[in-house]
Amino acid sequence: MNILAQKKSRWLEGGIHGFLFFCAFLSILTTVTIVVSLVWESIPFFFEVAPLDFLLGTTWQPLIVPREYGVLPLVVGTLQIVVGSALVAIPIGVCCAIYLSEYASPRMRKIVKPTLEVLAGIPTIVYGYFALTAITPVLKSIYSGTETYNAASASIVVGIMILPMIASLCDDALRAVPGSLRQGAMALGATRFEALTRVIFPAALSGITASFVLAFSRAVGETMAVSIAAGATPSMSFLPTESIQTMTAFIVQVSMGDTPRGTPEYHAIFAVGMLLFLITLGINMVAHRVLRKYREVYE
Amino acid sequence: MSWLDTANLNLRKRRRRALYFKSICSLFTWSCFVLLAVLLVHVGHKGVGLIDVDFLRNAPSWRPEDCGIWPAIAGSLWMMGLTALISIPCGVSAALYLEEFAPKNRWAHLIDVNISNLAGVPSIVYGILGATVFVRFLALEQSVLAGSLTMSLLVLPVIIIASREAIRAVPSTIRHAALALGATPWQTVVHHVLPTALAGILTGVILALSRAIGETAPLITIGAVAYISDAPAGPMDSFTVLPLQIYSWTTKAQSEFQDLAAGGIVALLVFLVIMNGIAVWIRHRAEGNAN
Repeated sequence: MNILAQKKSRWLEGGIHGFLFFCAFLSILTTVTIVVSLVWESIPFFFEVAPLDFLLGTTWQPLIVPREYGVLPLVVGTLQIVVGSALVAIPIGVCCAIYLSEYASPRMRKIVKPTLEVLAGIPTIVYGYFALTAITPVLKSIYSGTETYNAASASIVVGIMILPMIASLCDDALRAVPGSLRQGAMALGATRFEALTRVIFPAALSGITASFVLAFSRAVGETMAVSIAAGATPSMSFLPTESIQTMTAFIVQVSMGDTPRGTPEYHAIFAVGMLLFLITLGINMVAHRVLRKYREVYE
Repeated sequence: MSWLDTANLNLRKRRRRALYFKSICSLFTWSCFVLLAVLLVHVGHKGVGLIDVDFLRNAPSWRPEDCGIWPAIAGSLWMMGLTALISIPCGVSAALYLEEFAPKNRWAHLIDVNISNLAGVPSIVYGILGATVFVRFLALEQSVLAGSLTMSLLVLPVIIIASREAIRAVPSTIRHAALALGATPWQTVVHHVLPTALAGILTGVILALSRAIGETAPLITIGAVAYISDAPAGPMDSFTVLPLQIYSWTTKAQSEFQDLAAGGIVALLVFLVIMNGIAVWIRHRAEGNAN
């Protein structure tokens, strides 16, 4: 290779290097753009509504006069979905993970794991349809006072959605526990159940906690299933049989409707979006911190 | 935790307790299969019967019996194609940079943390970003391009994370050998690292794209609508996709429309099965080659 060609190829390498860096930098740019667009678009909203009234107000009524912008009902609605879905997903998910890591034969693992992946891969819109057309009628037949749109049905379906996440992350955490711990416990005469509850489970606890927290964050951000099944009635009551509205469902409601741009009720979606972004970001950071701590111990 | 206190129990009771626990775990595991089966049967028994040539060829209409999903299918294909064109080069490049070229400094760490945080941002927030930046600031309106750009940002973290794992799995001996023979770092990557990691990258890409094809929320926020009677002819046309069409039918009060939604869901699931089938096939073939 002569000198000129070498020089050219060095230039080329430099250019490629620059392009690759730009692509990686794009992720930072995305975050910055998300923050800037949320802040920028919610400024007009906060000119109209005091931030404290927004955060602490207990009536959310942006589309009907007299307009009120207290976001707490939306937060309560979201919380209700998170709690309800956790009640469904945590027992099933943890038991699934324990079964996978402790009891299942390799062949059984090969069947269960893909099943969980399929459950995780089904689009949320399908779960929304399922909640409205299958779960709600069942709930209605159990308790006739159930409204057509209700929090319980949405919670159950969101629980099914986050179940695979909990199961596979807990499975990872349980399998990361060194075999010597289990062998030690069983050598001392513990049954499998005792070794699990006394030794392995506590050792994997941080990973398991992190999986819960990540799943909560997904439940907070879940949109389609809750806007189909849970309705559009902001409510502070914790009744699972009634219609509620989550933060995400409100954003969908305004985006689907014909709210004119530039009005405070339109800008409200950005304020709610910012709150949603901050909440999920906070939850995710906690989860990653917990996860990192547990990785340091076992790697 | 008195129920855990086994000191006063004899061995038979302890064993029985262990057995109960195992039964509960396997029962819950089986319930996952049941859930999946119920879901598929519920959607399938209403939806499969609806799918015929007319349903696939027609446009949505106010008369349920004339409705079809052709514009939605075409829109989904358009959006998936454009999203793939945008997100795959960017995602793989970013992964290459982070794994092969990035100095291990504070920037690399920042990008790293940032990507894992982005992966956890709710999809609807990406929709808000798309609505402000692509739809209004860049004035792309409710076009396929605006939707695809939004979707690309949404799936980029998924592609980057999967590609990085695939690239990390390439043995470093291959890199050392190439560099020792005088290849430049870029030549090493193009001729050796990428081909070795290709199967893993492709699997990740397909999974990311199948996430994109099922996403609804970001497209609602950017204002893509479901009342489109024609397939898009170019990237600047307005469009609808299968999940949006399903959403608009699901939220209609008449049960005929809800049945149509089931038909749309079956079509969507068929898409996903095909894509995941390809992913499984690639993984299988790569494992065969490795052996």
